[in-house]
Amino acid sequence: MMHTNSLYQEVILDHNRKPRNYGKLDHANHHAVGHNPLCGDRLDITLQLDNDQINNIAFQGESCAICKASASMMTAAVKGKSRADAETLIHEFRELATGKLDINQPNHLGRLTVFSGIRDLPTRVKCAILPWHTLHAALNSLSNASTEESSESASPIPNKHLV
Amino acid sequence: MNSANISLKPEISSSLDWGKIRADFPILQLKIDGKPLIYLDNAASSQMPQQVIDRLVRYQTTQHANINRAVHYLSEVATLEYHNARCKLQQFINAREDREVIFTSGTTDSINLVMHGYGRKFIKAGDEIILTTLEHHSNIVPWQMLAEEKGAKIRVVPINDKGELEVDKYEKLFNERTKFVGLIHVSNALGTINPIKSMIDFAHRYSVPVLIDGAQAAPHIPIDVQALDCDFYAFSAHKLCGPTGVGILYGKATLLEAMQPFKGGGDMISSVTFEKTTYNTIPHKFEAGTPPIAAAIGFGAAVEYLTAIGIECIAAYEFDLLEYATERLSEMPGVRIIGTAAEKTAVISFTIAGVHPHDVGTILNQDGIAVRTGHHCAQPIMQRFNVPATSRASFAFYNKKSEVDALVAGIKTVQKIFL
Repeated sequence: MMHTNSLYQEVILDHNRKPRNYGKLDHANHHAVGHNPLCGDRLDITLQLDNDQINNIAFQGESCAICKASASMMTAAVKGKSRADAETLIHEFRELATGKLDINQPNHLGRLTVFSGIRDLPTRVKCAILPWHTLHAALNSLSNASTEESSESASPIPNKHLV
Repeated sequence: MNSANISLKPEISSSLDWGKIRADFPILQLKIDGKPLIYLDNAASSQMPQQVIDRLVRYQTTQHANINRAVHYLSEVATLEYHNARCKLQQFINAREDREVIFTSGTTDSINLVMHGYGRKFIKAGDEIILTTLEHHSNIVPWQMLAEEKGAKIRVVPINDKGELEVDKYEKLFNERTKFVGLIHVSNALGTINPIKSMIDFAHRYSVPVLIDGAQAAPHIPIDVQALDCDFYAFSAHKLCGPTGVGILYGKATLLEAMQPFKGGGDMISSVTFEKTTYNTIPHKFEAGTPPIAAAIGFGAAVEYLTAIGIECIAAYEFDLLEYATERLSEMPGVRIIGTAAEKTAVISFTIAGVHPHDVGTILNQDGIAVRTGHHCAQPIMQRFNVPATSRASFAFYNKKSEVDALVAGIKTVQKIFL
């Protein structure tokens, strides 16, 4: 078993304490709400997508430290990136959190690899992934995302009665 | 039942060798990441003593066959042992007759049985069902399904800031349309012990039957269904040192006989033709198919084990643990105890300022401490206290004060990390 302290590292605690890009964009053209029905975590993501580029992004919601730090670091990582680059990050982060990514191989995650320890805490994987699910939903104009849908794959999350 | 009653036998409780009793539970020897397991999630499921494990092994190695069917030796032994288990449960809750004890798959199944067997037959459009804010989802959702199907209405008893039912408001909910009451004996999320005896008596003034969800009560306080005069009482084995997959529904014989079957199948019939089926007598009418025979026999062994210690002694010991834990946690800055009812079992739901319960649970786990975090399948309670979730430490008679100290130290670690 991993030592939990290696997960609750200063960078994660810092993003939990002072989340970046926290709030709601007034002029967003994409929006999605993410929900983890198992623990009640709820996340609201707004973004401005122009010519397939994420010009601005914000999140807000009620969640644990892992989820909040993941959301904060995610918004910092994808701001200014193209939709395709964001989707690559979403894919790589999901692979990282579920233990399928070899972090010694080239990837685009950078400091986001602090979340690699989450793979040893199966009950917490969804906390880390929820913001990414929600971003994926927002980019694809799906209004809702849930951790209880297709958590393994990067396929579009159906917009059903999830929330 | 209240704390005054619980302290009836403190002198007996203190003369028991609780260390020796703890040693009956092999799982408590486990180390989690090198740290001794501190199991404080007993309200979710309790652990099993060697005596019950041995009983399951003995059944499986020397007594197993299907019951109520064949004439061979093993079938007769298994049938007899299954029946004996029913009788042990009957004694455990002081039911008048063994046929009033129905084996189910657990509390949820028991409640659904009453919903289908009683509710669907007797509840009509416009009728009202009274539930309380303290109910577990399992005693809410089946009644909502019924209300939707029948056009009936759910009325809800509120709670005060301590997590106690507002009994005067309960009484005001009654009218000529009231047809059923579903009431949790002990709150799984807060530990509140509800004054069910007086609430049952009040419902009976209106001739309204009362179902008690006793999942959290039966392991911790003595249950006497005749003294309570409840119409139905449900609980599970696995919260009571028994196996998963089995529970009981107690029901008054007259009510059970009037009800329609819940599940159709073998054993619940007396004759079947394609034109007409005649149902078996109770309890068999409600036990379609092969029941969880091994689990039921283990359930019998579990209540025998608890009875040998004495539920009153268990209650007194656990009350002492609760008092100690409440005192220790109350003096911690930033820690808020949710649920401070005057009458409680040994459950402490709490929040730590600035820290989400899931982070609390993960960090406590690092010290080998198992608590439950989340909404505890009781979202209306979370909404009432305006919290998304809590951390919950729930104690059993095999826990000890040094484990409370470890919890306190664990909470301090959480606070240090999130400083």
